[in-house]
Amino acid sequence: MKILVPVKRVVDYNVKVRVKPDASDVDLANVKMSMNPFDEIAVEEAVRLKEAGIATEVVAVSAGVANCQETLRTAMAIGADRGILIQTDVELQPLAVAKLLQAVCAKEQPQLVLCGKQAIDDDANQTGQMLAGLMGWPQATFASKLVVAGQQATVTREIDGGLETIEVVLPAVVSTDLRLNEPRYATLPNIMKAKRKPLETTTPAALGVDVAPRLKTLKAAEPPKRTAGIKVADAADLVLKLKTEAKVI
Amino acid sequence: MAILVIAEHDDSSIKAATLNAVTAATKLGGEVHLLVAGSNCAAAAAAAARISGVGKVLLADAPHYADQSPENVAALLVSIAGAYSHLLAAATTRGKNCMPRVAALLDVAQISEISGVESADTFVRPIYAGNVVATVQSADPVKVITVRATAFEAAGEGGSAAIESLPAGPDLGLSRLLGRELTKSERPELTAAKVIVSGGRGMANGENFHRLLEPLADKLGAALGASRAAVDAGFVPNDYQVGQTGKIVAPQLYIAVGISGAIQHLAGMKDSKIIVAINKDAEAPIFQVADYGLVADLFEVLPALQAELG
Ligand SMILES: Cc1cc2nc3c(=O)[nH]c(=O)nc-3n(C[C@H](O)[C@H](O)[C@H](O)COP(=O)(O)OP(=O)(O)OC[C@H]3O[C@@H](n4cnc5c(N)ncnc54)[C@H](O)[C@@H]3O)c2cc1C
Ligand SMILES: Cc1cc2nc3c(=O)[nH]c(=O)nc-3n(C[C@H](O)[C@H](O)[C@H](O)COP(=O)(O)OP(=O)(O)OC[C@H]3O[C@@H](n4cnc5c(N)ncnc54)[C@H](O)[C@@H]3O)c2cc1C
Repeated sequence: MKILVPVKRVVDYNVKVRVKPDASDVDLANVKMSMNPFDEIAVEEAVRLKEAGIATEVVAVSAGVANCQETLRTAMAIGADRGILIQTDVELQPLAVAKLLQAVCAKEQPQLVLCGKQAIDDDANQTGQMLAGLMGWPQATFASKLVVAGQQATVTREIDGGLETIEVVLPAVVSTDLRLNEPRYATLPNIMKAKRKPLETTTPAALGVDVAPRLKTLKAAEPPKRTAGIKVADAADLVLKLKTEAKVI
Repeated sequence: MAILVIAEHDDSSIKAATLNAVTAATKLGGEVHLLVAGSNCAAAAAAAARISGVGKVLLADAPHYADQSPENVAALLVSIAGAYSHLLAAATTRGKNCMPRVAALLDVAQISEISGVESADTFVRPIYAGNVVATVQSADPVKVITVRATAFEAAGEGGSAAIESLPAGPDLGLSRLLGRELTKSERPELTAAKVIVSGGRGMANGENFHRLLEPLADKLGAALGASRAAVDAGFVPNDYQVGQTGKIVAPQLYIAVGISGAIQHLAGMKDSKIIVAINKDAEAPIFQVADYGLVADLFEVLPALQAELG
């Protein structure tokens, strides 16, 4: 069984982003970039399925600027077998990414696509569901447990109110939630080994996909900031202030 | 053209977040219809008809909607989308699961978690863990939207919309529900609560949540929340998680106990009206957003607070 893992290069989760002075967009110049944390979880899960003898090959794919190669190398250092870069400088929106992945799926014929539930930059939480829709495949989003057996996957999903377990027929798209696993750290030997793994580069044009953005960002702004309030002395003081000043209890 | 809101329900009543989505829909200019898809869900449709601002309720009642599988619900939505300018759902786990699939099948973008409506094609949405708000415009013929519930008032009661039955769409048979494990609680739902008491890694274990935070929550009529660290450590179930990748909340009062205030946590609660932080580290970032900060050991403060509240 082949597993395809889409990995996105995003602003590192420790970075607090700023808006450009002209308010046109987010300022991403010189900020630290990393693999989307949910995608690390997806790569880890795919590699574990390979180690368990269930998957035969793990292919990482990333769409975006040339530097997404680094993200693919990180995926290969965790254990992906090869990488595919769909190189473009166009701002990619989820529908475009889903169509690119659809084209890659048509070529690669994976039985399972394991992606992140959301990218922590744009927080769209769409790509996996869109891909599943385009392929006519079932989807199991927000997975906290995944069991693959034969032509089926059993997935426990984190939903409002608790957990839900569903069974989907393969091929399918599964998106990862935080508690699916704890990704390993890539070791130095594996980082070195990853440099020699195959990395193929293609383009949206070669895949025949129109990636023109559908949404136009008119403005990006920083939300009104909260300011620190006051320190209270003790529990009694706190209750008094909440009752008489804030009037919330 | 009319606007369609997809109702979230439990077959007999409508979930609170749908009421906020209805309010967002009424800002778009057009008659608002509400879709209730389910199995034996006539009671939910009747409840939907009483929501003020709703012009018509569409009822799709069939066994293959019982699980609310995104595959079947999306197929149904796509078959009726032609009559609508906008399709909206609350940005709950159900809405987030289903709507992107609908958007892709209609070949349009989805606008995720809008927090404001500027016009029929222009919306405001938070990105980068709420550190940036983007104003985006869609040129697509149908706008598929999820709505951040905390950003809109809940629609009231008092409507009397007609209920129209829809023929069911196909049963694609792609997935099957095996079971649900829902957290049972007498407390209000996190996303609808007026007061939330939330615990972090500082709580040290699940027993302390039970022993120290639950009685406080009960005294305040509050819902219980948690940081990711507390959920990961197994102190409380996953659906307690507040934050960028958990639940987004905006209660009147949010009390953060033993939570440091990482940006991912702040993203989920910084729109609360009043924030209280209890933390023994005076430098904890949570104090930068707290209206009232108490630098102290939570194991001493929580019993004292309980006593003060009587
Ligand atoms: C204000 C604003 C500014 C932007 N600025 C830029 C910019 O400067 N440069 C830029 O490149 N984009 C930019 N974008 C586009 C944006 O960052 C996302 O690339 C796009 O909207 C996809 O959304 P998402 O990643 O949140 O999707 P989600 O649906 O949240 O992603 C879920 C999963 O899909 C997969 N996935 C998503 N994208 C990719 C990908 N590219 N390759 C492989 N797998 C993927 C991953 O597994 C990911 O975990 C901007 C968008 C906005 C709104
Ligand atoms: C992709 C991604 C997504 C994430 N999503 C979320 C999310 O949705 N929600 C979320 O919350 N986090 C999220 N996080 C995690 C986030 O970055 C933080 O790690 C997390 O919020 C920390 O939780 P905490 O504040 O409970 O723990 P810590 O940061 O460890 O803080 C514990 C605090 O308790 C205090 N304390 C300890 N003992 C006591 C005592 N006796 N009395 C008083 N105070 C005490 C300490 O001073 C400290 O400030 C995410 C991270 C990533 C990478």
